[in-house]
Amino acid sequence: MTSGDRPEDSAPSSPIEERVREIAADNAQSVEYSFDELELRVSRESIVDVCAALKSDPDLDFNYLRCLSVVDWQDELEAVYHLASLSHPHKLVVKTRAPIDDPWIPTTIGVWKGADWHEREGHDLFGLEFRGHPDLSPLILYEGFEGFPGRKSYEIPEQVTFYGD
Amino acid sequence: MATDTGLSANIVRDPVTEQAELSINMGPQHPATHGVFRMVLTLDGERVVDVYPHIGYLHRGSERLAEGENFQQITTLFDRLDYVANFNNEWVYVRAVEKAMGVEVPERADYIRLILSELNRIASHLLFYGTYGLDTGAMNPVMIGFRDRERIQQIFEGVTGARMMHNYFRIGGVKEDLPDGFVPAVRALLDQLKVGYEEARGTLTESEIFIERTAGIGAIPPEDLLDYGVTGPLLRAGGIDYDIRKADPYSVYEELDFRVPTGQTGDCYDRYMVRMLEIEQSISIVAQALDRLPDGPVMGRVPRILRPPEGDVYVHGENPRGDLGVYLVSSGGTVQPYRLKIRGPSFCNLMALPAMIRGSYLADATVILGSMDIVLGEVDR
Repeated sequence: MTSGDRPEDSAPSSPIEERVREIAADNAQSVEYSFDELELRVSRESIVDVCAALKSDPDLDFNYLRCLSVVDWQDELEAVYHLASLSHPHKLVVKTRAPIDDPWIPTTIGVWKGADWHEREGHDLFGLEFRGHPDLSPLILYEGFEGFPGRKSYEIPEQVTFYGD
Repeated sequence: MATDTGLSANIVRDPVTEQAELSINMGPQHPATHGVFRMVLTLDGERVVDVYPHIGYLHRGSERLAEGENFQQITTLFDRLDYVANFNNEWVYVRAVEKAMGVEVPERADYIRLILSELNRIASHLLFYGTYGLDTGAMNPVMIGFRDRERIQQIFEGVTGARMMHNYFRIGGVKEDLPDGFVPAVRALLDQLKVGYEEARGTLTESEIFIERTAGIGAIPPEDLLDYGVTGPLLRAGGIDYDIRKADPYSVYEELDFRVPTGQTGDCYDRYMVRMLEIEQSISIVAQALDRLPDGPVMGRVPRILRPPEGDVYVHGENPRGDLGVYLVSSGGTVQPYRLKIRGPSFCNLMALPAMIRGSYLADATVILGSMDIVLGEVDR
């Protein structure tokens, strides 16, 4: 197998695709598959409503936020929510984007408390403001750190002087 | 009233009730924080009113560093995350790249990975057993724990040449085949571990002092555990039997017979017991895997230069501390990842710390923190 081939040639399918489409309804920008995982794209304005609906729906019951990642696509910042359910064997990926010159996404801390530190980390490293988060103080960077070291535009300095002044 | 002791700034007195609250700092250099972790405790007498954790003292920017390394080189970064469970970390990462590339792993390599990772889980839990004994005031467990962990590390040294930071798992297999005499050596080791396990029963498991010290503290409702994203032994101690080896099976775990120990109340004693029972299960898993260990190659057919197709994969695995996830984004055609996000189990578990400590006695705070078994290398990344 060469590096260019996709591992799965057969079309992936998920039993929850229909239900996810129903719940996301008009908010869904796209529903597609990435490898074996179902992937839902929504606008940033609707992310909280969609997440809350995905969690409260008894057929889906996405009660566990596995991971919240921020990806820098140069002109846009993307927040990726990996969801899972403990009562059903379901998985779902939800993605939403914000332009890099207006970087904010509403916080989902009201849906899963576990979003807390992931969002603070995204704010630290990528400068993505999770609007409505109660405490966005630096978590893993020190106070007064300049720049957003997660972004592609951040150049890693040769040597960093800590507490320079 | 607060006098000019230099501490007065930390005392906040309610003007109506005259009740005073004192905030004290614990860490980042403190033996009970198990690494460079700091928390600010707000006290009302002996009771902890609030906790504010500070992390990031060990932040090395592993995720950003990975964007500048080849896919094969990144395994070394994963060794340095959870530095007491190196194999388990490497495994999740190589599985992520294998999934993105569609690489098949030879069966023998899969078994070797499983055996080493389960031994590493035992070593990690033995370290917890030893240090948790120290946290609760017992000196003996650390001797037993480190003695047995040392035996495991000698096996690792024989296989990989290193006691920690092995860099042994490769994308598509493992670095080289097992040395001669590995299987009988591990069988002898398992017998020794069983003896050590019985010793542990006498030192902590059935110790009345230890039970008094740990039972009934640090418990929060299971729904809250899940809401915070707590996984691993902490979640299972709360009665939820979520183990990725069962819930989302990978490798050859489906072929092996083992069970997932759970607790009932989720207090510190249950967390300890779940880990101890997991040692027992891991010993059984390793024994079964040794029986089935097939012959054959240890490295699959992998291109020399790895260029995963465009797309993103999320792969997770059951670490000694919980659900370790790797989110890998490839822009297609490059030899480096576009983005690599690491979902550390300790990082997520630590979010629930304030809820667990709030309302307990100050003396219990270190016992609760110790029961979480955090590794700061992976919290801060």
